[in-house]
Amino acid sequence: MEFIIISLIKAALVAFVLLTLAAYLVWIERKVLAHIQLRIGPYRVGPHGLLQPLSDLIKLVTKEGVIPSQVNKFYYLLAPFLAVALALISISVVPFGTQIELFGYKTYLELANVNMGVLVILAVSAMSVYGVALGGWASNNKYSLLGGLRSSAQMISYELPMSLALVSPLLIANTLSLREIAEMQSGFYFGVIPRWFIFQGPAPQIIAFIIFMIAAFAETNRIPFDLPEAENELVAGFHTEYSSTCFAAFFTAEYVNMVTISALATHLYLGGWNPAFPEPVASVVPILLFAGAGLLLFFHGMQTLATRTWDKYTFPVFGVVAFGLAGVFSLKYLTFLPAPLLAIGGALHPVFWFAAKVGAILFLYIWVRGTLPRFRFDQLMRFTWTFLFPVAIVQLLATGLIVALGK
Amino acid sequence: MDAILFFLFAAIAVACGINLVVQTHPISSALSLIGVMGSLAVLYLLLGAEFLAAAQMIVYAGAIMVLFVFVIMLLNAGSETRKSRSTFAKLLGLPALIGFLMAISFLIQALLPRSEPVKFGAFTGGTAQAIGKKLFTEYLLPFEVTSVLILIAILGAVVLARKEI
Repeated sequence: MEFIIISLIKAALVAFVLLTLAAYLVWIERKVLAHIQLRIGPYRVGPHGLLQPLSDLIKLVTKEGVIPSQVNKFYYLLAPFLAVALALISISVVPFGTQIELFGYKTYLELANVNMGVLVILAVSAMSVYGVALGGWASNNKYSLLGGLRSSAQMISYELPMSLALVSPLLIANTLSLREIAEMQSGFYFGVIPRWFIFQGPAPQIIAFIIFMIAAFAETNRIPFDLPEAENELVAGFHTEYSSTCFAAFFTAEYVNMVTISALATHLYLGGWNPAFPEPVASVVPILLFAGAGLLLFFHGMQTLATRTWDKYTFPVFGVVAFGLAGVFSLKYLTFLPAPLLAIGGALHPVFWFAAKVGAILFLYIWVRGTLPRFRFDQLMRFTWTFLFPVAIVQLLATGLIVALGK
Repeated sequence: MDAILFFLFAAIAVACGINLVVQTHPISSALSLIGVMGSLAVLYLLLGAEFLAAAQMIVYAGAIMVLFVFVIMLLNAGSETRKSRSTFAKLLGLPALIGFLMAISFLIQALLPRSEPVKFGAFTGGTAQAIGKKLFTEYLLPFEVTSVLILIAILGAVVLARKEI
């Protein structure tokens, strides 16, 4: 019973954080893209457009959901449901922190401790093609159908190099459990270089990481591989005929998939929640980071531009929030506090490092979107089958050889 | 709990199997097949064959069925039209099927030796590690033969799909 209650609380928490994150990822994406293109991005709704995701959500939910007349209604409605459900399922096996002891309960910061987490994520992501493919087919629209077809072809093709790339860290780790993989990557070489699989000898996995990231971009249908929704060819691709909540479901699924695959890459190559610096420095980094951000915000709040008068009031508020976060991360040094607070403070540091790495990969996604143009479809296929796939195989064979020799 | 899940997913598998035959549209049939494979994966999981369950989902429900659905969509196959079936099949089809199944189950009961009933969670050799060890030691020859067979199939597909020169 206790287990069920704790699991329910954790599930609600993870779902809430993940969906909020997905919504704000859109805001971050628009802001970053805007700054890459020398614009300021969303600015009207709330301070610095911070309420934009909320207003988008209200708009999408309250809009009339138009179901076109000639669609296959059952599959038309099933597709977005499948997309968002599968996207949310795969995050449940991703651990995001170490063990925490709170009020006598010991619990791991994850939903399900599965000893084959990597396989579960692969299985679910293999299934998630159906959401897109079915949506495109059921819409009874040639652009949608072409988008769905492209998406299934692309996902089948890029799943091969992705699976091959993620086998090599598994060979080194000798386990399929994401928690054990993350725990295996703690420690440092020469006291400086972290023992993450991307650096770890005898076979550094940097090539595997690059292959994995390229394939991950294609798996999540992101630029430069967003052929299924190429605007200039296919209107909006597989979700052309979708509106209102169904469209929101596809949209959410895309961003949740991005988060999941970034978390997977973090665990497999970037050391999960292990900090990037040795211990005395590692615990100070988040505190200094947030305190520095707070100071910077206060400084900018004092000397604002004449055209942006609201910054005078908003920046100090953000600064207070940043200082609050710095305070939260310094909780574990304040030993006079009650035990639960200390436990939370201690457990938040691994979560910070995990979130920082996932955030860095998500930023890479947005950065690439602002930088690269879109592939042509034949280029996309030729790239994976004649370049990425052979390189992944060679890389896997080399890793296997090195691991076997090292035994 | 295990027994409830077993009967639930066994029922889903059978229902999807029946739906696969009954549906007239190829996409519906293909999706029912995915349902069968998914429920079979859950049954594998209940029996302790976790790697097999994951492989079932990744290979069958994921890769192979995506290819099926892809081809059906690409050819834009419509729902099949059914010609009028013979009255003989209509009247005797179901009873004959039930009789056939009963005969098979009776034969299995009578001929095969009594084996231990299945206990959920008793089997522990289903991890990826255990299966890998078995594949590369005890069953190495069948494994390699299968690999060669698949290689031949790939070569055959390439030869067939190659454009005329």
